[in-house]
Amino acid sequence: MDIGKDLVAASATPLVLAILSEGESYGYAIIKRVDELSSGRLKWTDGMLYPVLHRLERNGLVEAKWGKSEAGRRRKYYQLTEQGSEELASQQKQWQVVNETLRSTPFQLFQPTPQAV
Amino acid sequence: MSHAESQVLEERIAEWRSYLRRRQAIQATDIDELEDHLRSRVADLKEAGLDEEEAFLIGVKRLGELDTLSQEFAREHSERLWKRLVVAGDDEVGSRWNREALVAVGLAIAAGAAIKVPELFGIQWNGPETDQLFYVRNLVLIILPFLAGFFAWKRGLSVTGQIALGATWVVGLLAMNLPSFTPGGDTLILAVIHLPIALWLTVGVAYAGGAWRSHDHRMNYVRFSGEWFIYYVLIALGGGVFMGLTVFVFSAIGFDSEESLIIWILPVGAAGAVIVAGWLVEAKQSVIENMAPVLTLIFTPLFALMLLVFLVTMAFTGSGIEVDRDVLIGFDLLLVLVVALLLYSISARDPHADPTAFDALSLLLVLCALLVDALALWAILARITEFGFTPNRVAALGENLILVVNLGWSAVLYTKFLRKRGSFTALERWQTGYLPVYAVWAAIVVVVFPTLFGFR
Repeated sequence: MDIGKDLVAASATPLVLAILSEGESYGYAIIKRVDELSSGRLKWTDGMLYPVLHRLERNGLVEAKWGKSEAGRRRKYYQLTEQGSEELASQQKQWQVVNETLRSTPFQLFQPTPQAV
Repeated sequence: MSHAESQVLEERIAEWRSYLRRRQAIQATDIDELEDHLRSRVADLKEAGLDEEEAFLIGVKRLGELDTLSQEFAREHSERLWKRLVVAGDDEVGSRWNREALVAVGLAIAAGAAIKVPELFGIQWNGPETDQLFYVRNLVLIILPFLAGFFAWKRGLSVTGQIALGATWVVGLLAMNLPSFTPGGDTLILAVIHLPIALWLTVGVAYAGGAWRSHDHRMNYVRFSGEWFIYYVLIALGGGVFMGLTVFVFSAIGFDSEESLIIWILPVGAAGAVIVAGWLVEAKQSVIENMAPVLTLIFTPLFALMLLVFLVTMAFTGSGIEVDRDVLIGFDLLLVLVVALLLYSISARDPHADPTAFDALSLLLVLCALLVDALALWAILARITEFGFTPNRVAALGENLILVVNLGWSAVLYTKFLRKRGSFTALERWQTGYLPVYAVWAAIVVVVFPTLFGFR
């Protein structure tokens, strides 16, 4: 099952913020975490994560600093800011509303009518 | 892992890096970050049993298609977009560029022709004083609509936007021509000085394609204005040389060409150059590094040093600022310059970068300017009642106030940023958010002042 582009884009912010709320992390680890959490069903184009992270940084939701990887490479680490936590809480509420609304429609019980092939 | 194998990987990654570097929206630090990602991916894939070459290919593929990637980066980092607006293919760029050149040259010729239109009604460029006053009042109103038109066309400005621009133009036209100004009077001179400021900022609405509320678009317009000014000065220098040589060559064969040059080449060329300079900035922005920030880099330390020395001298000699008629205007100009230096150093700065020594220097410049201005204001306010409130003095005081508020809050934000208590974006937003204040004040001076002070 492929998840649509718009939905992937819309869920990127809360997902990244939520993963960073577990603690400081970096791009590749975030991608791996998304893969792990969604059991590989949520597929991101790896590179697209970075503009998202940079936007969050510009808006002050995350803080970045350069550090070193285990292998001694330069690596940029991201950390949730206080403002980021607030944003995450607000996103949580918004998604809850969307989720509850969808649940109260036939959405959940919807069965596709079998079509002639 | 054999040695030869890792050699191949290093080469591949070096190639990949140099390929990415050509995308101006992606900067070196971004590439470092992506490289770390790529290497992590390759290491994982190799652990899963793939060979190096395969792992590299899959890693690069998973990073995403380069065009889309650089577009995403460009969208996020619009300050880099400035250097390379077009991320589309080269062919498309070529034909668009040509069309743009045609439109720009067409508009430049039209602007040049428009300057001569009043002559059809008998208003001479170097005619009697009343004719010359007509040009002084209306010059900007004649030329700038063509520049606004160019951007309205290029950015596809909405009809509402076009109407709004047209309306401000009509207001300007009425404000400059309806009142019966005293020739050479203060309110006339003030209006003539402030009209270009107000109109230039409204051209920004067309430049932003109507999205003038966007901070990024405003900052881009600030960048554009700086580059435009530099191009215009360069073209004017070239024009001066051209005219000088023309006079010389023709005088060698006994023709006096000076008169026709002043009547024809000077006004038409100066009007056309406004549009040509605007188009050049647009067309060349991907080729040449911006000049205004470079000038800022040179002059910020110089001005900071000069103001420091000035303050120290004042403190040691104990001499106060001598207040005469023009002292306020002089200090206004100083503040304008400091704001401009600040604005252009902000415009070229990567907002994510950590504070540098140059930021501290900029803050020092701002603080010195504020201190110097406070001393000047103190001296002036003490004697303002003695001078009375003339239009010049009210305008100068208003401007001083506007600039002091800007610099004062900038200093606060800069200090916060240097102490890592705030982001640089806040400072950028403050500056771009402040731009309409200049426009509104300039409009007030043009529209309200003449009536307020009885056109004297």
